[in-house]
Amino acid sequence: MLSLIIMISLSVLILASAILAVQTKNLVVAVIAAGLVSLMASIGYLLLAAPDVAMTEAAIGSGLSTIIFFYVLNRVRGRDNG
Amino acid sequence: MVKKLFVIIVLIGLAVFFYGMLSSFSGNETLNMSAAYYAENGAEEVGAANLVTAIVVTYRGLDTLGEVTILFLTAAIAAFFLKSKDNFSKRKVKESSELLKTASSMLVPLIFTLGIYVFVNGHLTPGGGFQGGAILASGLVLLLLSEPLQKVNSVLFAVVESISGLFYVGIGVAGIFLAGGFLDNSILPLGEFGTLLSAGALPVIYILVGLKVGSELSGLLTKFQETQEEN
Amino acid sequence: MDFGQIAVSVGFLLILIGVWGILTQKNIIKIVIGFSVFDTGLHMIMVGIGYVKGGTAPILDGAIAPGTAPINIVAGIVDPVPQALVLTAIVIGLGVTALMLAYVVRLYEDRKSLDISSYEDLKW
Repeated sequence: MLSLIIMISLSVLILASAILAVQTKNLVVAVIAAGLVSLMASIGYLLLAAPDVAMTEAAIGSGLSTIIFFYVLNRVRGRDNG
Repeated sequence: MVKKLFVIIVLIGLAVFFYGMLSSFSGNETLNMSAAYYAENGAEEVGAANLVTAIVVTYRGLDTLGEVTILFLTAAIAAFFLKSKDNFSKRKVKESSELLKTASSMLVPLIFTLGIYVFVNGHLTPGGGFQGGAILASGLVLLLLSEPLQKVNSVLFAVVESISGLFYVGIGVAGIFLAGGFLDNSILPLGEFGTLLSAGALPVIYILVGLKVGSELSGLLTKFQETQEEN
Repeated sequence: MDFGQIAVSVGFLLILIGVWGILTQKNIIKIVIGFSVFDTGLHMIMVGIGYVKGGTAPILDGAIAPGTAPINIVAGIVDPVPQALVLTAIVIGLGVTALMLAYVVRLYEDRKSLDISSYEDLKW
Protein backbone atom coordinates (compact mmCIF):
# COMPACT_ATOMS: atom_id res chain seq x y z
CA MET A 1 0.00 0.00 0.00
CA LEU A 2 2.80 2.38 0.95
CA SER A 3 4.66 1.61 -2.26
CA LEU A 4 1.48 2.30 -4.24
CA ILE A 5 1.25 5.77 -2.67
CA ILE A 6 4.93 6.38 -3.46
CA MET A 7 4.38 5.25 -7.06
CA ILE A 8 1.35 7.51 -7.56
CA SER A 9 3.06 10.57 -6.06
CA LEU A 10 6.15 9.84 -8.18
CA SER A 11 3.94 9.72 -11.26
CA VAL A 12 2.42 13.09 -10.42
CA LEU A 13 5.89 14.58 -9.87
CA ILE A 14 7.19 13.10 -13.13
CA LEU A 15 4.29 14.54 -15.12
CA ALA A 16 4.59 17.95 -13.42
CA SER A 17 8.34 18.16 -14.14
CA ALA A 18 7.77 17.02 -17.72
CA ILE A 19 5.23 19.80 -18.30
CA LEU A 20 7.61 22.28 -16.66
CA ALA A 21 10.49 21.03 -18.84
CA VAL A 22 8.51 21.43 -22.04
CA GLN A 23 6.70 24.69 -21.34
CA THR A 24 9.00 26.97 -19.29
CA LYS A 25 10.75 29.87 -21.02
CA ASN A 26 13.95 29.55 -18.97
CA LEU A 27 16.28 27.06 -20.65
CA VAL A 28 18.27 26.25 -17.49
CA VAL A 29 15.07 25.40 -15.62
CA ALA A 30 13.92 23.29 -18.58
CA VAL A 31 17.16 21.27 -18.65
CA ILE A 32 17.08 20.68 -14.89
CA ALA A 33 13.42 19.66 -15.05
CA ALA A 34 14.22 17.20 -17.85
CA GLY A 35 16.97 15.74 -15.63
CA LEU A 36 14.46 15.53 -12.78
CA VAL A 37 12.05 13.56 -14.97
CA SER A 38 14.82 11.00 -15.57
CA LEU A 39 15.86 10.88 -11.93
CA MET A 40 12.32 10.23 -10.69
CA ALA A 41 11.70 7.78 -13.50
CA SER A 42 14.73 5.84 -12.23
CA ILE A 43 13.11 5.59 -8.77
CA GLY A 44 10.00 4.37 -10.57
CA TYR A 45 12.03 1.66 -12.32
CA LEU A 46 13.32 0.53 -8.93
CA LEU A 47 9.70 0.12 -7.77
CA LEU A 48 8.97 -1.78 -10.98
CA ALA A 49 11.69 -4.29 -10.00
CA ALA A 50 14.13 -3.16 -12.69
CA PRO A 51 17.37 -2.20 -10.88
CA ASP A 52 19.51 -2.48 -14.01
CA VAL A 53 17.35 0.02 -15.87
CA ALA A 54 17.24 2.28 -12.81
CA MET A 55 21.05 2.42 -12.66
CA THR A 56 21.34 3.19 -16.35
CA GLU A 57 18.68 5.89 -16.25
CA ALA A 58 20.19 7.55 -13.16
CA ALA A 59 23.71 7.59 -14.59
CA ILE A 60 22.86 8.47 -18.18
CA GLY A 61 19.47 10.17 -18.26
CA SER A 62 19.95 12.50 -15.33
CA GLY A 63 23.75 12.71 -15.23
CA LEU A 64 25.46 12.68 -18.59
CA SER A 65 22.68 14.08 -20.77
CA THR A 66 22.14 17.03 -18.39
CA ILE A 67 25.87 17.78 -18.57
CA ILE A 68 25.79 17.71 -22.38
CA PHE A 69 22.77 20.04 -22.39
CA PHE A 70 24.64 22.47 -20.12
CA TYR A 71 27.77 22.38 -22.29
CA VAL A 72 25.61 23.28 -25.28
CA LEU A 73 23.71 26.00 -23.36
CA ASN A 74 27.01 27.52 -22.25
CA ARG A 75 28.36 27.41 -25.78
CA VAL A 76 25.24 29.01 -27.21
CA ARG A 77 24.89 31.67 -24.52
CA GLY A 78 28.57 32.57 -24.20
CA ARG A 79 28.60 34.16 -27.64
CA ASP A 80 25.36 36.08 -27.07
CA ASN A 81 26.40 37.90 -23.93
CA GLY A 82 30.11 38.36 -24.48
CA MET B 1 -4.17 28.98 -36.76
CA VAL B 2 -4.02 25.98 -39.10
CA LYS B 3 -0.84 24.94 -37.32
CA LYS B 4 -2.48 25.05 -33.90
CA LEU B 5 -5.41 23.03 -35.20
CA PHE B 6 -2.94 20.49 -36.63
CA VAL B 7 -1.17 20.16 -33.24
CA ILE B 8 -4.49 19.64 -31.45
CA ILE B 9 -5.62 17.03 -33.97
CA VAL B 10 -2.31 15.14 -33.68
CA LEU B 11 -2.45 15.18 -29.87
CA ILE B 12 -6.09 14.05 -29.72
CA GLY B 13 -5.42 11.32 -32.28
CA LEU B 14 -2.45 10.03 -30.30
CA ALA B 15 -4.43 10.22 -27.05
CA VAL B 16 -7.30 8.16 -28.49
CA PHE B 17 -4.83 5.62 -29.88
CA PHE B 18 -3.00 5.37 -26.55
CA TYR B 19 -6.26 5.10 -24.61
CA GLY B 20 -7.22 2.13 -26.76
CA MET B 21 -3.91 0.42 -26.02
CA LEU B 22 -4.06 1.26 -22.32
CA SER B 23 -7.60 -0.02 -21.80
CA SER B 24 -6.64 -3.39 -23.29
CA PHE B 25 -3.61 -3.71 -20.99
CA SER B 26 -4.55 -5.00 -17.56
CA GLY B 27 -1.20 -5.91 -16.01
CA ASN B 28 0.55 -9.27 -16.19
CA GLU B 29 -0.12 -12.14 -13.81
CA THR B 30 2.44 -14.54 -15.26
CA LEU B 31 5.48 -14.41 -17.52
CA ASN B 32 5.01 -14.95 -21.25
CA MET B 33 6.59 -17.92 -22.97
CA SER B 34 9.97 -16.53 -24.00
CA ALA B 35 10.53 -14.90 -20.61
CA ALA B 36 9.58 -18.14 -18.84
CA TYR B 37 12.08 -20.00 -21.03
CA TYR B 38 14.85 -17.56 -20.11
CA ALA B 39 13.92 -17.77 -16.42
CA GLU B 40 13.90 -21.58 -16.39
CA ASN B 41 16.98 -22.24 -18.50
CA GLY B 42 19.05 -19.08 -18.08
CA ALA B 43 20.87 -20.35 -15.02
CA GLU B 44 21.91 -23.66 -16.62
CA GLU B 45 22.58 -22.44 -20.16
CA VAL B 46 24.35 -19.15 -19.46
CA GLY B 47 25.30 -19.40 -15.79
CA ALA B 48 24.65 -15.74 -14.97
CA ALA B 49 22.73 -14.84 -11.83
CA ASN B 50 21.48 -11.62 -13.40
CA LEU B 51 19.02 -12.68 -16.11
CA VAL B 52 19.02 -9.22 -17.70
CA THR B 53 22.76 -9.58 -18.30
CA ALA B 54 22.24 -13.08 -19.70
CA ILE B 55 19.74 -11.69 -22.21
CA VAL B 56 21.74 -8.57 -23.10
CA VAL B 57 25.05 -10.36 -23.64
CA THR B 58 24.17 -13.88 -24.75
CA TYR B 59 20.57 -14.47 -25.87
CA ARG B 60 20.31 -11.09 -27.61
CA GLY B 61 24.06 -10.53 -28.03
CA LEU B 62 23.77 -9.50 -31.65
CA ASP B 63 21.40 -6.66 -30.66
CA THR B 64 23.97 -5.40 -28.18
CA LEU B 65 26.68 -5.47 -30.83
CA GLY B 66 24.43 -3.43 -33.11
CA GLU B 67 23.63 -1.04 -30.27
CA VAL B 68 27.31 -0.44 -29.53
CA THR B 69 27.82 0.21 -33.24
CA ILE B 70 25.01 2.79 -33.23
CA LEU B 71 26.57 4.50 -30.22
CA PHE B 72 29.91 4.57 -32.03
CA LEU B 73 28.26 6.08 -35.12
CA THR B 74 26.44 8.81 -33.18
CA ALA B 75 29.64 9.67 -31.28
CA ALA B 76 31.61 9.82 -34.54
CA ILE B 77 29.03 12.00 -36.32
CA ALA B 78 28.71 14.34 -33.32
CA ALA B 79 32.51 14.66 -33.19
CA PHE B 80 32.50 15.48 -36.91
CA PHE B 81 29.97 18.28 -36.43
CA LEU B 82 31.69 19.65 -33.34
CA LYS B 83 35.11 19.91 -34.94
CA SER B 84 36.17 23.32 -33.70
CA LYS B 85 37.93 25.75 -35.96
CA ASP B 86 39.56 27.67 -33.12
CA ASN B 87 42.81 26.53 -31.63
CA PHE B 88 42.27 24.63 -28.40
CA SER B 89 44.89 26.49 -26.35
CA LYS B 90 43.47 29.91 -27.29
CA ARG B 91 40.29 29.34 -25.30
CA LYS B 92 39.57 31.60 -22.35
CA VAL B 93 38.51 29.26 -19.56
CA LYS B 94 38.52 30.21 -15.91
CA GLU B 95 40.42 28.06 -13.42
CA SER B 96 38.06 26.10 -11.20
CA SER B 97 37.97 26.59 -7.45
CA GLU B 98 40.33 24.94 -4.98
CA LEU B 99 37.39 23.16 -3.34
CA LEU B 100 36.33 21.44 -6.55
CA LYS B 101 39.91 20.47 -7.39
CA THR B 102 40.57 18.87 -3.99
CA ALA B 103 37.24 17.10 -3.86
CA SER B 104 37.59 15.74 -7.37
CA SER B 105 41.11 14.46 -6.76
CA MET B 106 39.67 12.43 -3.87
CA LEU B 107 36.44 11.35 -5.56
CA VAL B 108 37.57 10.51 -9.09
CA PRO B 109 39.56 7.37 -8.11
CA LEU B 110 36.56 6.18 -6.08
CA ILE B 111 34.16 6.78 -8.98
CA PHE B 112 36.44 4.91 -11.39
CA THR B 113 36.73 2.02 -8.93
CA LEU B 114 32.93 1.90 -8.61
CA GLY B 115 32.54 1.89 -12.39
CA ILE B 116 35.00 -0.98 -12.78
CA TYR B 117 33.31 -2.89 -9.93
CA VAL B 118 29.92 -2.43 -11.59
CA PHE B 119 30.97 -3.87 -14.92
CA VAL B 120 33.14 -6.67 -13.51
CA ASN B 121 30.19 -7.87 -11.38
CA GLY B 122 27.64 -7.37 -14.16
CA HIS B 123 26.67 -11.06 -14.24
CA LEU B 124 26.01 -11.27 -10.48
CA THR B 125 24.56 -7.95 -9.32
CA PRO B 126 22.50 -5.22 -10.98
CA GLY B 127 24.69 -3.30 -13.36
CA GLY B 128 27.03 -4.18 -16.14
CA GLY B 129 28.91 -2.76 -19.07
CA PHE B 130 26.51 0.03 -19.95
CA GLN B 131 26.08 1.28 -16.38
CA GLY B 132 29.78 0.89 -15.56
CA GLY B 133 30.76 2.71 -18.73
CA ALA B 134 28.39 5.55 -17.87
CA ILE B 135 29.87 5.76 -14.35
CA LEU B 136 33.40 5.93 -15.81
CA ALA B 137 32.28 8.72 -18.12
CA SER B 138 30.69 10.64 -15.24
CA GLY B 139 33.99 10.38 -13.33
CA LEU B 140 35.64 11.91 -16.36
CA VAL B 141 33.05 14.73 -16.28
CA LEU B 142 34.15 15.60 -12.74
CA LEU B 143 37.76 15.60 -13.94
CA LEU B 144 36.84 17.88 -16.85
CA LEU B 145 34.97 20.27 -14.56
CA SER B 146 37.85 20.54 -12.11
CA GLU B 147 40.64 20.83 -14.70
CA PRO B 148 39.06 22.66 -17.66
CA LEU B 149 42.44 23.65 -19.11
CA GLN B 150 43.85 20.14 -19.15
CA LYS B 151 44.03 18.68 -22.65
CA VAL B 152 42.42 15.25 -22.58
CA ASN B 153 44.11 12.63 -24.69
CA SER B 154 41.34 11.62 -27.06
CA VAL B 155 43.64 9.23 -28.93
CA LEU B 156 43.63 7.03 -25.82
CA PHE B 157 39.81 6.82 -25.92
CA ALA B 158 39.90 5.92 -29.61
CA VAL B 159 42.49 3.19 -29.03
CA VAL B 160 40.66 1.65 -26.03
CA GLU B 161 37.37 1.80 -27.92
CA SER B 162 38.76 0.16 -31.07
CA ILE B 163 40.66 -2.58 -29.23
CA SER B 164 37.68 -3.53 -27.06
CA GLY B 165 35.37 -3.52 -30.10
CA LEU B 166 37.80 -5.76 -31.97
CA PHE B 167 38.02 -8.23 -29.09
CA TYR B 168 34.22 -8.18 -28.71
CA VAL B 169 33.75 -9.27 -32.31
CA GLY B 170 36.70 -11.68 -31.98
CA ILE B 171 35.07 -13.45 -29.01
CA GLY B 172 31.82 -13.57 -30.96
CA VAL B 173 33.52 -15.23 -33.94
CA ALA B 174 35.34 -17.64 -31.62
CA GLY B 175 31.89 -18.72 -30.43
CA ILE B 176 31.04 -19.90 -33.97
CA PHE B 177 34.04 -22.25 -34.07
CA LEU B 178 34.30 -23.39 -30.44
CA ALA B 179 30.66 -23.38 -29.28
CA GLY B 180 27.11 -23.13 -30.50
CA GLY B 181 27.14 -19.88 -32.43
CA PHE B 182 28.06 -16.21 -32.68
CA LEU B 183 28.65 -14.70 -29.20
CA ASP B 184 28.01 -18.01 -27.42
CA ASN B 185 29.52 -17.61 -23.97
CA SER B 186 30.35 -21.30 -23.38
CA ILE B 187 33.74 -21.06 -25.11
CA LEU B 188 35.08 -20.80 -21.55
CA PRO B 189 33.95 -23.18 -18.78
CA LEU B 190 30.74 -22.01 -17.09
CA GLY B 191 32.18 -22.46 -13.59
CA GLU B 192 30.30 -22.46 -10.33
CA PHE B 193 27.01 -20.54 -10.38
CA GLY B 194 27.12 -17.25 -8.50
CA THR B 195 30.89 -16.76 -8.27
CA LEU B 196 32.93 -14.02 -9.92
CA LEU B 197 34.66 -16.35 -12.38
CA SER B 198 31.55 -17.96 -13.81
CA ALA B 199 29.24 -17.74 -16.82
CA GLY B 200 32.02 -18.48 -19.34
CA ALA B 201 32.96 -15.61 -21.61
CA LEU B 202 30.06 -13.43 -20.45
CA PRO B 203 32.01 -11.31 -17.91
CA VAL B 204 34.81 -10.82 -20.45
CA ILE B 205 32.33 -9.61 -23.06
CA TYR B 206 30.60 -7.30 -20.59
CA ILE B 207 33.96 -5.83 -19.46
CA LEU B 208 34.78 -5.14 -23.10
CA VAL B 209 31.34 -3.55 -23.59
CA GLY B 210 31.95 -1.44 -20.48
CA LEU B 211 35.33 -0.22 -21.73
CA LYS B 212 33.88 0.48 -25.17
CA VAL B 213 30.83 2.37 -23.90
CA GLY B 214 32.91 4.25 -21.32
CA SER B 215 35.49 5.39 -23.86
CA GLU B 216 32.82 6.32 -26.42
CA LEU B 217 30.88 8.43 -23.93
CA SER B 218 34.12 9.97 -22.63
CA GLY B 219 35.16 10.89 -26.15
CA LEU B 220 31.74 12.42 -26.79
CA LEU B 221 31.81 14.47 -23.57
CA THR B 222 35.38 15.62 -24.27
CA LYS B 223 34.29 16.83 -27.71
CA PHE B 224 31.46 18.85 -26.15
CA GLN B 225 33.81 20.21 -23.48
CA GLU B 226 36.30 21.35 -26.11
CA THR B 227 33.68 23.63 -27.65
CA GLN B 228 33.46 25.65 -24.42
CA GLU B 229 34.97 29.11 -24.39
CA GLU B 230 34.16 30.64 -21.02
CA ASN B 231 33.24 28.61 -17.97
CA MET C 1 -4.40 -0.44 -10.44
CA ASP C 2 -1.07 -2.23 -10.31
CA PHE C 3 2.37 -0.74 -10.91
CA GLY C 4 2.50 -1.90 -14.50
CA GLN C 5 -0.68 -0.03 -15.43
CA ILE C 6 0.45 3.12 -13.62
CA ALA C 7 3.82 3.05 -15.38
CA VAL C 8 2.23 2.48 -18.79
CA SER C 9 -0.23 5.34 -18.35
CA VAL C 10 2.51 7.70 -17.11
CA GLY C 11 4.59 6.69 -20.13
CA PHE C 12 1.75 7.47 -22.54
CA LEU C 13 1.19 10.86 -20.89
CA LEU C 14 4.94 11.60 -21.10
CA ILE C 15 4.87 10.81 -24.82
CA LEU C 16 1.92 13.18 -25.27
CA ILE C 17 3.76 15.92 -23.35
CA GLY C 18 6.88 15.30 -25.43
CA VAL C 19 4.98 15.51 -28.73
CA TRP C 20 3.21 18.65 -27.51
CA GLY C 21 6.60 20.23 -26.76
CA ILE C 22 8.13 19.16 -30.07
CA LEU C 23 5.22 20.59 -32.06
CA THR C 24 4.67 23.86 -30.20
CA GLN C 25 8.10 25.05 -29.05
CA LYS C 26 10.11 27.53 -31.11
CA ASN C 27 13.50 27.09 -29.43
CA ILE C 28 15.57 24.23 -30.87
CA ILE C 29 16.94 23.21 -27.45
CA LYS C 30 13.38 22.98 -26.13
CA ILE C 31 12.54 20.68 -29.04
CA VAL C 32 15.49 18.44 -28.11
CA ILE C 33 14.19 18.40 -24.50
CA GLY C 34 10.81 17.35 -25.89
CA PHE C 35 12.49 14.43 -27.64
CA SER C 36 14.22 13.36 -24.44
CA VAL C 37 10.91 13.46 -22.50
CA PHE C 38 9.35 11.36 -25.30
CA ASP C 39 12.25 8.90 -24.88
CA THR C 40 11.72 8.58 -21.13
CA GLY C 41 8.02 7.91 -21.75
CA LEU C 42 8.83 5.08 -24.16
CA HIS C 43 11.17 3.51 -21.62
CA MET C 44 8.54 3.70 -18.88
CA ILE C 45 5.99 1.98 -21.12
CA MET C 46 8.37 -0.84 -21.96
CA VAL C 47 9.38 -1.48 -18.34
CA GLY C 48 5.71 -1.24 -17.27
CA ILE C 49 4.66 -3.85 -19.82
CA GLY C 50 7.29 -6.23 -18.44
CA TYR C 51 6.11 -5.86 -14.84
CA VAL C 52 4.46 -8.90 -13.25
CA LYS C 53 2.29 -8.48 -10.16
CA GLY C 54 4.33 -9.15 -7.03
CA GLY C 55 7.47 -10.01 -8.99
CA THR C 56 11.02 -9.31 -7.85
CA ALA C 57 14.01 -8.23 -9.92
CA PRO C 58 15.22 -10.92 -12.37
CA ILE C 59 18.36 -11.73 -10.39
CA LEU C 60 18.71 -15.28 -9.15
CA ASP C 61 20.15 -15.14 -5.64
CA GLY C 62 19.01 -15.64 -2.07
CA ALA C 63 15.24 -15.35 -2.36
CA ILE C 64 15.07 -17.26 -5.65
CA ALA C 65 17.76 -19.95 -5.54
CA PRO C 66 18.64 -21.66 -8.84
CA GLY C 67 18.65 -25.14 -7.31
CA THR C 68 14.97 -25.06 -6.38
CA ALA C 69 12.19 -26.13 -8.69
CA PRO C 70 12.21 -24.03 -11.87
CA ILE C 71 8.55 -23.19 -11.46
CA ASN C 72 9.56 -21.02 -8.49
CA ILE C 73 11.79 -18.82 -10.60
CA VAL C 74 9.09 -18.35 -13.20
CA ALA C 75 6.53 -17.35 -10.59
CA GLY C 76 8.85 -15.02 -8.70
CA ILE C 77 10.43 -12.61 -11.19
CA VAL C 78 9.36 -9.89 -13.60
CA ASP C 79 9.93 -10.15 -17.35
CA PRO C 80 13.65 -9.55 -18.03
CA VAL C 81 13.37 -9.09 -21.81
CA PRO C 82 11.89 -5.53 -21.90
CA GLN C 83 14.42 -4.50 -19.26
CA ALA C 84 17.28 -5.70 -21.45
CA LEU C 85 15.85 -3.80 -24.42
CA VAL C 86 15.34 -0.58 -22.40
CA LEU C 87 18.89 -0.84 -21.06
CA THR C 88 20.33 -0.49 -24.54
CA ALA C 89 17.64 2.01 -25.61
CA ILE C 90 18.66 4.46 -22.86
CA VAL C 91 22.27 4.44 -24.03
CA ILE C 92 21.19 4.96 -27.64
CA GLY C 93 18.94 7.78 -26.39
CA LEU C 94 21.97 9.58 -24.97
CA GLY C 95 23.82 9.14 -28.27
CA VAL C 96 20.89 10.51 -30.27
CA THR C 97 20.45 13.47 -27.87
CA ALA C 98 24.14 14.27 -28.16
CA LEU C 99 23.90 14.09 -31.94
CA MET C 100 20.91 16.46 -32.00
CA LEU C 101 22.75 18.87 -29.70
CA ALA C 102 25.80 18.75 -31.98
CA TYR C 103 23.49 19.79 -34.84
CA VAL C 104 22.16 22.59 -32.60
CA VAL C 105 25.70 23.90 -31.99
CA ARG C 106 26.41 23.72 -35.71
CA LEU C 107 23.18 25.51 -36.67
CA TYR C 108 23.85 28.20 -34.06
CA GLU C 109 27.36 28.77 -35.43
CA ASP C 110 25.86 29.17 -38.87
CA ARG C 111 22.94 31.54 -38.22
CA LYS C 112 23.45 32.80 -34.62
CA SER C 113 19.86 31.89 -33.85
CA LEU C 114 18.08 29.14 -31.95
CA ASP C 115 14.61 30.03 -33.26
CA ILE C 116 13.28 27.24 -35.45
CA SER C 117 11.30 29.72 -37.55
CA SER C 118 14.49 31.38 -38.79
CA TYR C 119 15.47 28.17 -40.58
CA GLU C 120 13.06 28.26 -43.49
CA ASP C 121 15.27 27.36 -46.44
CA LEU C 122 13.21 24.30 -47.29
CA LYS C 123 9.85 25.68 -46.21
CA TRP C 124 7.06 25.25 -48.69
